[in-house]
Amino acid sequence: MDGELSPQDKKDLDKFIKFFALKTVQVIVQARLGEKICTRSSSSPTGSDWFNLAIKDIPEVTHEAKKALAGQLPGIGRSMCVEISLKTSEGDSMELETWCLEMNEKCDKEIKVSYTVYNRLSLLLKSLLAITRVTPAYKLSRKQGHDYVILYRIYFGEVQLNGLGEGFQTVRVGMVGTPVGTITLSCAYRTNLAFMSGRQLERTQPIMGIIIDHFVDRPYSGSSPLHPCNYRTTGEDDGGNFPSVDDSQEVCTTSFSTSPPSQCVFTVSKTHFQTPRPVVMDTLKVPLLGLTFTHQMVIPSKEGGIPVLPLHPAPGVQADGERVPTCNLTDMNQHAATTPSSSGEAELLSKSSEGKSGTPQDVLETTFTRKVGAFVNKPASQVTAANMDLPFAVFAPKIVESEDTDVMVNPPDSPILESPLHASLHSDQSSGSSGLTQDEFVMVELKPAFSKDDFLPMDLGTFYREFQNPPQLSSLSIDISAQSMAEDLDSLPEKLAIYEKNMEEFDAFVDTLQ
Amino acid sequence: MNCRSQILELTVEARQIEETVLAVLHTVLLHRSSGKFHYKKEGTYSIGTVGTEDVDCDFVDCTYVRVSSDELDRTLRRSVGEFKDALRNSGSDGSGQISLEFYQKKKSRWPFSDECIPWEVWAFKLNVVNLANEQERQICREKVGEKLGEKIINIIEVMNRHEYLPKMPTQSEVDNVFDTSLRDVQPYLYKISYQITDSLGTSVSTTMRRLIKDTLAL
Repeated sequence: MDGELSPQDKKDLDKFIKFFALKTVQVIVQARLGEKICTRSSSSPTGSDWFNLAIKDIPEVTHEAKKALAGQLPGIGRSMCVEISLKTSEGDSMELETWCLEMNEKCDKEIKVSYTVYNRLSLLLKSLLAITRVTPAYKLSRKQGHDYVILYRIYFGEVQLNGLGEGFQTVRVGMVGTPVGTITLSCAYRTNLAFMSGRQLERTQPIMGIIIDHFVDRPYSGSSPLHPCNYRTTGEDDGGNFPSVDDSQEVCTTSFSTSPPSQCVFTVSKTHFQTPRPVVMDTLKVPLLGLTFTHQMVIPSKEGGIPVLPLHPAPGVQADGERVPTCNLTDMNQHAATTPSSSGEAELLSKSSEGKSGTPQDVLETTFTRKVGAFVNKPASQVTAANMDLPFAVFAPKIVESEDTDVMVNPPDSPILESPLHASLHSDQSSGSSGLTQDEFVMVELKPAFSKDDFLPMDLGTFYREFQNPPQLSSLSIDISAQSMAEDLDSLPEKLAIYEKNMEEFDAFVDTLQ
Repeated sequence: MNCRSQILELTVEARQIEETVLAVLHTVLLHRSSGKFHYKKEGTYSIGTVGTEDVDCDFVDCTYVRVSSDELDRTLRRSVGEFKDALRNSGSDGSGQISLEFYQKKKSRWPFSDECIPWEVWAFKLNVVNLANEQERQICREKVGEKLGEKIINIIEVMNRHEYLPKMPTQSEVDNVFDTSLRDVQPYLYKISYQITDSLGTSVSTTMRRLIKDTLAL
């Protein structure tokens, strides 16, 4: 086929490039979510899987990509870039990589659009899937959570690589020639992670795993905000906060022909079609107790991750064992998206607290759809101290309605174990005191997160308070240690004699280790 | 038509053999697998959907992507398991090479049997070392992870050169080009074979050549 592209081919090619760009963004962002991705193969064509690959569409990501493209297509001099960066909990950020979808002027007029270009774009997407797991940012993204999160930004136009630091490397994913130019996909990634060297990136599970909202304006782009790479929806109807796709999204019903190329048949039909819902991850109820909220949903406190409530909790706050209302993540996303300022949090919290006082200090339980298995919130059961044979059982918090009957505030009248712990906890109170809180003793009710346990009535906060000032070990006291050292010295010659006698045995043992 | 061949080489510890080989084979097969073909009238066909799955390696600091097909994974694991056992049985510090060959079948007239014409061969050579302590193993884990990543990038580079691929077959000839035995995906016809070299550098007296995927019945 010589000469200009036929109108049908031109139309098909534009469509391929558009959906290729959208799928590219999805693959890159999903690869930086921090979790393993798994999609199913299907022997029957569904008509909605572009390039015959099962790549789910996260609506927010599609929305951002379309917003960046603004009706244009990547072309010569117009590149689409996805920038991946890292932001720490202290607010430092660093660009990690920039993925570029570009087009150059080298045309391949002979290539068949509906068949060869399509299949090669499919191959390129497979390569992108593989290579996104190999660049250094992948490992960082798998460990994101407490210390840092991974953000993405999509922009259109000129490629900006100056944020990647010195010595950045470039890897080309692949190229596909088309009659209007050659599409190239490449990645430039940072090699110098010196900024991160002093920070502890290796952590176990984060205490609070998810930072929801990061609308940060970049100084030099001035256009597109950064977004966190941890979108999830619950799969329920989220009310369509983001117009996920147009109601009349084009689906790809591709038929290929085994006849000679001149008889290639390709149909793309327009149907009313909604983007399939993204993968529904396991939901996770995470109690957020006593956090100080900003527009970032989670900020771990500096004191080792145990947040501290303000001095006077609201009267409506209940102690352990209470079932608290849940708040859907998508609702949070909506709020986060629409009200990025701190005023958004008040709406969010008041929506969640449902009848409680709407202060940010209310106990909240929020549904996250992220697999963080360590933080399963078990429903609290009513366990009384009498059922448990535990030391200091009397200090175990009962199910109380208000702080007046909280044993930590008002120790019971019954005799309790005398111990230095008790003395340190209630230095102003005798065991016989009861009634109202001492005026000069301000109770800071420590409610660390994830401290509820079905089996023990004593929660983490109580334990922490009780054992804050443990007595010194007797073996560490000078008299006792001196005495034991004297004994040790006396028995030393005997021990040495025994060891010398059994020397052969020890040597044989060492040999077995080698 | 000449068969193009690629050779990849890696030095690994014995316990890393399985994962590194699987990572390479799966990466190649990801690019050489299509959805299932559904032929319609008038010589047209539609193609099913290929899903993908991330696989974390336990002994190598690397994650690779494979086609979501348990059948294909099982077939590869069987072959790789045999290769790994043969490599380990050959003694410590040996080396071996496992090859993935894509071929087309060409029908011949009776009494001649069908010909298998390879069009692409991937050879993966492994040198096995033994390490003395846990610290060296940890370093090896990271180094091999980096190297494996480089191999994956090499594979992708070759794949995107868009060199010869068999022409899309008609319905009657699809079994000459593709392996249609799997339920969910359709890789090009392939076979896996391996060769072990012992630590002295000489081939073993009986070169083991196992054809794991061979549709020829001789």
